[in-house]
Amino acid sequence: MSAQRPARALHPVAWWLWALALAAAASRTLNPLLLGAIIGVAALVVAARRSEAPWAASFRAFLILGTVVLAVRVIFEALFGAPIPGTTLFTLPEVTLPQWMAGVRLGGDVTSEALVAALYSGLQLVAILACVGAANALANPTRLLKSVPGALYEVGVAVVVALTLIPSALMHLQLIREARRLRGQSSRGISAVARTATAVLAGALERSLALAAAMDSRGFGRLRPLSAWERRVTASLTLSGLMALLVGGYALLDAGTSPLAAACLLALGAALALTGLYRANRRAVRTVYRPDPWRWPETVTVASGFIAVAVYTAVAVADSATMAPVTNPLTWPTLPLVPLLATLLAAAPAWVAPPAPSSTSVSASRPADALAANPPVTEPVAA
Amino acid sequence: MIRFESVTLTYPDAAAPALRDVTLHIPEGELALVVGKTGSGKSSLLRAVNGLAPTFTGGVLDGRVTVAGRDTRTHPPRELADVVGVVLQDPRNGFVTELVEDEIAYGMESLGLSPEVMRRRVEESLDLLGLSDVRHRPLRTLSGGQQQRAAIASVLAQHPRVLVLDEPTSALDPAAAEEVLAALQRLVHDLGLTVLMAEHRLERVVQFADRIVHVHGDGRVSDGLPVQVMADAPVAPPVVELGRWARWEPLPLSVRAARRFAGPLRATLTALAEAPAELSADTVASPDAATVAELKQVRVQYGSHVALSEVDLRLRAGEIVAIMGRNGAGKSTLLRSLVGLTETSAGRVRVGGHNPVDLAGRDLTSAVGMVPQDPGDLLWNESVRQECDESVDPSQARQLFGDLAPGVDPAMHPRDLSEGQRLALALAVVLSAGAPLLLLDEPTRGLDYPTKHRLVGLLRRRAASGATIVVATHDVELAADLATRTVVIAEGDIVTDGPTRDVVTASPQFAPQVAKVLAPVQLLTVADVLAVLPEAL
Repeated sequence: MSAQRPARALHPVAWWLWALALAAAASRTLNPLLLGAIIGVAALVVAARRSEAPWAASFRAFLILGTVVLAVRVIFEALFGAPIPGTTLFTLPEVTLPQWMAGVRLGGDVTSEALVAALYSGLQLVAILACVGAANALANPTRLLKSVPGALYEVGVAVVVALTLIPSALMHLQLIREARRLRGQSSRGISAVARTATAVLAGALERSLALAAAMDSRGFGRLRPLSAWERRVTASLTLSGLMALLVGGYALLDAGTSPLAAACLLALGAALALTGLYRANRRAVRTVYRPDPWRWPETVTVASGFIAVAVYTAVAVADSATMAPVTNPLTWPTLPLVPLLATLLAAAPAWVAPPAPSSTSVSASRPADALAANPPVTEPVAA
Repeated sequence: MIRFESVTLTYPDAAAPALRDVTLHIPEGELALVVGKTGSGKSSLLRAVNGLAPTFTGGVLDGRVTVAGRDTRTHPPRELADVVGVVLQDPRNGFVTELVEDEIAYGMESLGLSPEVMRRRVEESLDLLGLSDVRHRPLRTLSGGQQQRAAIASVLAQHPRVLVLDEPTSALDPAAAEEVLAALQRLVHDLGLTVLMAEHRLERVVQFADRIVHVHGDGRVSDGLPVQVMADAPVAPPVVELGRWARWEPLPLSVRAARRFAGPLRATLTALAEAPAELSADTVASPDAATVAELKQVRVQYGSHVALSEVDLRLRAGEIVAIMGRNGAGKSTLLRSLVGLTETSAGRVRVGGHNPVDLAGRDLTSAVGMVPQDPGDLLWNESVRQECDESVDPSQARQLFGDLAPGVDPAMHPRDLSEGQRLALALAVVLSAGAPLLLLDEPTRGLDYPTKHRLVGLLRRRAASGATIVVATHDVELAADLATRTVVIAEGDIVTDGPTRDVVTASPQFAPQVAKVLAPVQLLTVADVLAVLPEAL
């Protein structure tokens, strides 16, 4: 990695594929050492390649969420878990439940075996959350929107607008709290909170309407005219494709159907749906300004994630004991070398991906964090 | 280019139509200015051009509106996006993307232009509106003026043939407003763009207009040449008022035109200058008047950005201080630190002997009152009556509101008030607390001249009874009319601090129109001229 590499944002789809592959790898193992390595890799890449954008801070939130999930998982195991014989750590007072709730246990013996098993599965959830959090922190949501196929663009916009509504509502909330201070009223108390909430909601609705008007007057949702026949063909292709996907998915899960038939149905459904999508795309007139390029760092990033998931899957089949350490009786988990190397390989984006563009010009005049301290932009424009 | 054929627009639940039987034709390449009082229906007229009214506002539109031959009844706004560009009042609400550059490209993406064309037009638009140094910045971190320019740039990049602008310069400082207007002027002249623009600050725009569309307020709309309409319009910029009073023919609309008539008047005034009369802006507070508030070596920092650096300011009883400066210079921060909304990083703020950060509730409202930039932020009740009831002194609040905005139904919802009425309500609520220090952040944005006059009168009376008033504003005419003292801030520093007359006549950027016409005679307003020459002419 040389210091002269020009900064640019890696393609958001590459970040998501890499992160989802890593999450898939995490779902293949219960080995706490490997799970720890995956979390570490995600954290390392985020630390190395995140930008200064507001969403880049979300990784921390995901880690906190993961910790909460882990704690809840372990506590629930202790309270409600099915009894697992083994070393009893302590005994909770057991509640005798009525007959009709037989099978549900409340309290009783808590064994170290049960807690460790809960810890491992909780850790798996943490690792998956960390991967999703990394994708969130690394990929720019609005740039991701540009990669959405034209036919689905309107849906994508709705999602992105909904997401931006939250920060703007928070900003408005801050304004209202200041206004209450200016009028000498406290922001606490039920009636104050209720009024504030009403005002925030009204403001958010008003802004959404204004945004919709602005988007429409700038040509959002313009469509190329198509004949009724063409529209019908597109619709029936998409619809039948989705039906086939649904039935195929059901067949795959159903033990009675042959997997081959299910796979064929799925493939057919995917083909039909994609054709429909492709045809629908021709209706959209949108073009993309400066699309993110897909160069070798994108390919390497995605490949590193896919290698990890491939290795994990293969090892899990060949050697299930190391990937899912036995917890009854308790054994010390071993660190398998091959999956570890694959995990470390998945850290490659920390060096391979180009550095995130720094917004020096932003900090020079007014940093984004100043906004948190001073929500009303210094000279807002007439409402 | 734009054609209204007997258009009547009625909003749901409205007693009377907002537009009544409007017939109007704006030919290609004209810059048409829409004038009228606040709440008279200017915005409705503008929104009807590309069908936003009634598509997004509800209501019924009778008659026909066509733009470049396309009927708004058969073409929804998005189908008109390639002919009409619209920038509504608060551009922040219309931003779709995160970054300046993406925002400019957004409309072109919707139109399906090729990437090469988009690249070229983005660069052109950035240059045209002077945004190239902020192109990678998030839109919400820009100053108000930059946001306004970004909104115009993003619409212009679509190369519309008609541009519709609602109050494009009212949030801008004088220099930024001139830039935007110069850019528009260039587009009209070079590209034959048709512009329909509503603006309250007539003094900034009237000289550029080819046609004035007057929205009367009862639904009627008339149009004519600027000189004809200005001759008897109830709303007029100072230079026109001066011209009417002096009976200059043809009526001058620009400072330049007025100066060519003003030779004899200047000579008379220079002769009289030896005996100066008592003028509006000359009631400077005596230096021994009590100090109401004080900033000592105050610094405010957001991250690495210094919003105020080592500011010293003393406010005395009975003063009216205008704070002027560029967008983002630190005016709002100064006011916010005086009311304790912004904590200082260093230095000392004292209001009535207390640090305002430590005050809360009644202690705060009886020491200092502030009306923020968007007065609507202060209002959260369901009706005007409830807002007044919830203020410190309900009966006084009701009376103040009645004086400022006569004839408003107290059962109305604050959101349904016009901009001027909302400001009046916020002001009434704040003033009723009777604080000796009153802070107003950009109070005249969106205000018509009559409301502005009532506001100036009210503030003068308050100051005369001993209150101190601080107004952060871009409105040079307001500062000239109202303030006894003017403070100019740049980049968080106080650049100039002195009597308004000296400060505003020293700089062409802050000079009001009358001062420009009469320079070197130091008179700021038409009222000043009348005071010096009571019996003349």
